[in-house]
Amino acid sequence: MLSNFDFSVIAPSLPFIWTGLKFTVQLTLIAMSGGIVFGTLLALARLSSMAPLAMAATWYVNLMRSIPLLMVILWFFLVIPLITGKPLGAEASAIVTFTAFEAAYYSEIMRAGIQSIPRGQVAAGEAIGLNYWQVMSYVVLPQAFRNMLPILLTQTIILFQDTSLVYAIGAKDLLKAAEIAGKNYNRPVEMYVFVAGIYFVICFSLSFLVRRLQRKIAIVR
Amino acid sequence: MNKAITLLLAALFASAPALADTLAKVKDGGSITMGIRESSYPLSYLDDKQQPIGYHIDICNRVVDAVKAKLGMPNLKLAHQPVTSQNRIPLITNGTVDIECGSTTNNAARQNQVAFAVTTFVTNVRMAVKKSSGIKSLAQLGGKPVATTTGTTSVQLMRAHEKGQGVNFKEAYGKDHADSFLLLETDRAVAFVMDDNLLAGLIATSKAPNDYAIVGEVLNVEPIAIMVRKDDPAFKALVDDTIKGMMKSGEIDKLYAKWFMSPIPPKNVSMNFPMSDKLKELIKAPSDAPAEAYNKK
Amino acid sequence: MNYHWNWGVFLEQVKGGDETYLDWLIAGFGWTVAVALSAWAIALILGIAVGTARTVPNKWLARAAHVWVELFRNVPLLVQLFLWFFVFPEFLPRELSLWVKQDMPAKEFITATICLGLFTSARVAEQMRAGIESLARGQGMAGLAIGFTLGQTYRYVLLPMALRIIIPPLTSEFMNVFKNSAVAFAIGVLELTFQARQMQEDSEQGIETYLAVTVLYFICAFVANRGMALIERRTRIPGYIGGAK
Repeated sequence: MLSNFDFSVIAPSLPFIWTGLKFTVQLTLIAMSGGIVFGTLLALARLSSMAPLAMAATWYVNLMRSIPLLMVILWFFLVIPLITGKPLGAEASAIVTFTAFEAAYYSEIMRAGIQSIPRGQVAAGEAIGLNYWQVMSYVVLPQAFRNMLPILLTQTIILFQDTSLVYAIGAKDLLKAAEIAGKNYNRPVEMYVFVAGIYFVICFSLSFLVRRLQRKIAIVR
Repeated sequence: MNKAITLLLAALFASAPALADTLAKVKDGGSITMGIRESSYPLSYLDDKQQPIGYHIDICNRVVDAVKAKLGMPNLKLAHQPVTSQNRIPLITNGTVDIECGSTTNNAARQNQVAFAVTTFVTNVRMAVKKSSGIKSLAQLGGKPVATTTGTTSVQLMRAHEKGQGVNFKEAYGKDHADSFLLLETDRAVAFVMDDNLLAGLIATSKAPNDYAIVGEVLNVEPIAIMVRKDDPAFKALVDDTIKGMMKSGEIDKLYAKWFMSPIPPKNVSMNFPMSDKLKELIKAPSDAPAEAYNKK
Repeated sequence: MNYHWNWGVFLEQVKGGDETYLDWLIAGFGWTVAVALSAWAIALILGIAVGTARTVPNKWLARAAHVWVELFRNVPLLVQLFLWFFVFPEFLPRELSLWVKQDMPAKEFITATICLGLFTSARVAEQMRAGIESLARGQGMAGLAIGFTLGQTYRYVLLPMALRIIIPPLTSEFMNVFKNSAVAFAIGVLELTFQARQMQEDSEQGIETYLAVTVLYFICAFVANRGMALIERRTRIPGYIGGAK
């Protein structure tokens, strides 16, 4: 079988695949930053003493975690234009969807991080006269963020792989670009093997870095 | 839960602005969006610079020129939105795409949702096999795995044929045409049932084009057309008139020769796919009748 | 909105067949549950074994388990599925390869289940390892000190504790397995996503179709979540933070 492989089609497709990879990385980074910010807010809402706010956040997180990402992508793509009256286009829609979806997952991680901080620290913060937002932004969140950094990054690696689902709305990511090239040259097998290699190298290097980071943080703590 | 979502959606749809007037929408927005396919050989696909090219793209570009002239907006922006057979109809109805230039069969069920321009291509649903298998007819497929692509009209045809002829074959599904062809290439299936122009394109670009043949009876004749929004007679008339003009002037024949009879990117292989008699008829007498009109028994 | 609504579509007959669209969706639901549960069984057995192997003193065994985890979690599921389906059989002897490709019963189902099972096993293994490592080091040492062999220490001390600790994080993985089973459509398993695409194309009522399918997936994940919560309550370890709730 390997002798039947025709890898000559890869070279002419490289520029094509490169644009796909750039979009994948861009989408991952934006969704990660946006997702962590919204996720932290969601986590704070879930832990807040205001019952309706906590309940709304809990519902949002559970709903997002119960529906396959593929369906969420489709819904956002089909429904957003109906609300705004203006079509967003595949790339922008993908960014909005992933930020909203990943926020649910990041919020679960941040919630665990916040809950891992001893209550006494909050009390201590309040005792020296800090208000809620000051306690959170100067005492609790920096520590929670630091403790959870490896898990946040591991989730980002999953996000990086999940972006391959944007094929459903025709945004051109790494997998999609490779697939199109594979179809144009009618060489899907070679393209899938090639793209599996790219994903593996990137994800493996990232998870290697996460492990090193984990060790570093563990020592400091 | 279900009910709540239904109500929510109903409320959203009710408040959505009317999209029926495409020309007004394009004029207000300053841009027109063309729906394109990524691998509908050679009607609509991407070249190695990610640019959409193909027979239908060329026709649509003429339509866009006509829109520019009609609105007096020579600098009208043209956007391309890749579509799939799953989302092309919702995207037309929700306004993301203004004109779909892919390879969509005009049939009665779809006419509930969208409208079609006059037919610009006619395809026959047949099967591709490996020559070495000796298969010449559908009757020889009993008990054997037959490939087709998920969610295409070929699935319905195979199902109907199975019932009518008492031939019982095992269906194997690829998620797109390249995957389905791979099912045939790797012997997971002995035949691949699909539109003959797509089969010809896949065979022409395969590793061993001489190993394959398109054989057997025609399961269906399908008119392929450019798709626009329903209930928008002004825009449909503009599209139809542009295409009819091209048919009259002979420009369509030139485009056909360019995409079906000469080497095309990205591999510079020719499809060698002569124009069918049915399409020749349709160029003389343009029509937007659905597939049902072609296959009356 | 120019959409032509038709909520009665589910009871209509499919084109060229005797069943209704509802029958399609129910059949698809059945396959989704079958793929997810079988894959989950594979993932639990292999994941617990591999995760445990990552913590043993034998370096080679731990390393092999590590390679397993990295291999299966660093390539997107869809790509893995494709490799199992199209590439793997080409490395088998010709006769066996043809049998796998043409005559093996339920070949798409088996391929999808194995692939999803192995993919999920890497994630279960990571949870398992974290569970064992979260135990106080003294527990393992105490086991060895009272004369247990390494195997006995795992069997009677570490595993019973770790398995109960990892139930909450496994809940997410169990929900994921239902959602991830959706990729099986790509090789033609007749599950829910496949049926949705088919129904959408056949009936041209896309929004109704996607809504029904979304609700069915939601039910799967919800039931999985509640089921795990029940097990979690039954097996909670007294004295741990989770136990105080």
